[in-house]
Amino acid sequence: MRVLKNAWQWFDDRTGISGSIGPIARHPVPPGTGWWYVFGSATLIAFTIQVVTGIALSLMYVPSSSQAHDSLLFITNEAFLGRFLRGMHHFGASAMMLLVGIHMIRVFLMGAYKYPREMSWISGVALFAFTIIMAFTGQLLRWDQNAIWSTIVAAEQAGRVPIIGEWIARFILAGGTIGAVTLSRFFAFHVFFIPALIYAFIGLHLYLVLRNGISDPPKPGQPVEPGTYRNWYHSLIKNRGVPFWPDAAWRDVVFGVVVIAVIALLAIFVGPPEIGKPPDPSIIEAYPRPDWYFLWIFALFALLPANIESYVIFLGPLIVGLILILLPFIWNKGERSPRRRPWAVGIVLVIVIMVGTLWIEGIRAPWSPDFSAQPLPVEVVGATSGPVHEGAELFYSKGCEFCHAISGHGGHRGPDLTYIGDSLSPDEMTWRILNGGLNMPAFGGNLTPEELDSLVAFLQSRRVRTGAKVVD
Amino acid sequence: MNDKNEESIESSGCNRRQFFSKLSITLGGVAALIIGFPIVGFLLSPFLRKVPEVWRPVGSVDSFKVGTTVVVKYLDASPLPWAGVTANTAAWLRRDSEDKFIAFSINCTHLGCPVRWLSDAELFMCPCHGGVYYKDGEVAAGPPPKPLPRYPVRVRNGQVEIMASPIPITTI
Ligand code: FES
Repeated sequence: MRVLKNAWQWFDDRTGISGSIGPIARHPVPPGTGWWYVFGSATLIAFTIQVVTGIALSLMYVPSSSQAHDSLLFITNEAFLGRFLRGMHHFGASAMMLLVGIHMIRVFLMGAYKYPREMSWISGVALFAFTIIMAFTGQLLRWDQNAIWSTIVAAEQAGRVPIIGEWIARFILAGGTIGAVTLSRFFAFHVFFIPALIYAFIGLHLYLVLRNGISDPPKPGQPVEPGTYRNWYHSLIKNRGVPFWPDAAWRDVVFGVVVIAVIALLAIFVGPPEIGKPPDPSIIEAYPRPDWYFLWIFALFALLPANIESYVIFLGPLIVGLILILLPFIWNKGERSPRRRPWAVGIVLVIVIMVGTLWIEGIRAPWSPDFSAQPLPVEVVGATSGPVHEGAELFYSKGCEFCHAISGHGGHRGPDLTYIGDSLSPDEMTWRILNGGLNMPAFGGNLTPEELDSLVAFLQSRRVRTGAKVVD
Repeated sequence: MNDKNEESIESSGCNRRQFFSKLSITLGGVAALIIGFPIVGFLLSPFLRKVPEVWRPVGSVDSFKVGTTVVVKYLDASPLPWAGVTANTAAWLRRDSEDKFIAFSINCTHLGCPVRWLSDAELFMCPCHGGVYYKDGEVAAGPPPKPLPRYPVRVRNGQVEIMASPIPITTI
């Protein structure tokens, strides 16, 4: 014991570590910073999990276009704790995205980005952007079929940037096609470039917290005045400040441990996302979907009107980024309390509702044809021979059912046709089938007159009465 | 020491300092260039690599029935040795008549997802956002802004050959 103590004293004397760290840990913070203040440190903890589990995974992951898939299968199915580590890394990423978002909303709602903490906000916006890039590149390192098609989708999106679009697209693909260099490139970005930037910006972000102090809990009627704020803050800290460690830090620790525990439990009981089919671009039975945090963007691209879509793809992120960076300059003083800032609350609500709705749509993906649809069962068709029966078969074989549902079977891209016989006459139906329109292909060149008659006969039999008969 | 002397020392000191700081900053810049050049060069190298024009045979002429569209798989133009399965690529090959073949890209012109051919319906459908194309590649429905791109295709010595091409990127 004594030896240890002596060793520590020697070390501390030569490095001065307790003299420099101690005051930082105990720096005074405003009183009353409650649980709302834990999300920043929790994000940092999630990031630390990512670093540690990422390093561990890199011990076995082979960043090669041809072998990554095999090494991932090995990590998941055979390596000791490999599945758990992948799970931790996956849910750690989810936690980071979620916590960054909550932290940003918290800072925005409490006006903590206002004078003199503008640079904290701006460095935070950069960290937010890096987190998104990490999430995206990480998803691609799961080098399966979904990953390569996500890469292609990303390249196509970049292609919509005016003038240099094609060039950026080729840059993302690392050439004309997916190939040997593509994965190495994402690997380098995911484990070297971007993390280096994240470290640097976390350093800046934390330094700024020390320089300008943790923002005081906002009170209605206590606006920020750039001329007097610093003096006011200093006297607040001087008179009523409490040491960060341990008065405020204990909440960070408690919440941080909860975050780690939740991530570990999810990693054990839910497990990492499955490794899909091999990254072979010639396997066309693909159904590319992004991870949950990008699902709402996926939905957005599916729902945007075609004529503005290209502009939204490249102007959207640009405008959002610009607004985020300019925010602390536009509103850098005045009220901080959300109770006096209805606009701020409104904006957050609108964004959350919008993203949430897109999210739900993204999960349902009603715009995608349902390739898993099966021929309609006899009980639904209500006939085993004759035109209605034949029409029902055509309804499947001609692809109608991929987009139209009848009695709960089929896709949702087009209108539900369960009771279509009640609303369209045979002539109207014929016209619509032959000519298409309203986002429906024209089937004129693909149906014989007899086939057309059967199909119409079948669709005419779709009436409320028919439905009732099925229930009988 | 008189005032004048002091001043001149100061100003010459300042000049020396200015010189040193300029020198150091310039040298630092040169060092950054020397170190940065290979990184940027490496990042851009895929652009500098010349991809040869390669025709890939995808099957004998007789193996394709007139009026059908099938998927054909072949290798990229010049795969690197460690590309593995990522060097594979595919196209939809349609035999329109005795001597007319059309090779469609499998990449949807919307955001690049792989379209599927539904032979009975004679439609290409995209699994991502529901883009639909007719058998000639024209847009039938959904968000795709352009028809399915076509690759050069030819017949040589009884073999159908497709020119291995880059993934088509839709630009505005
Ligand atoms: S990628 Fe095909 S419809 Fe969007």
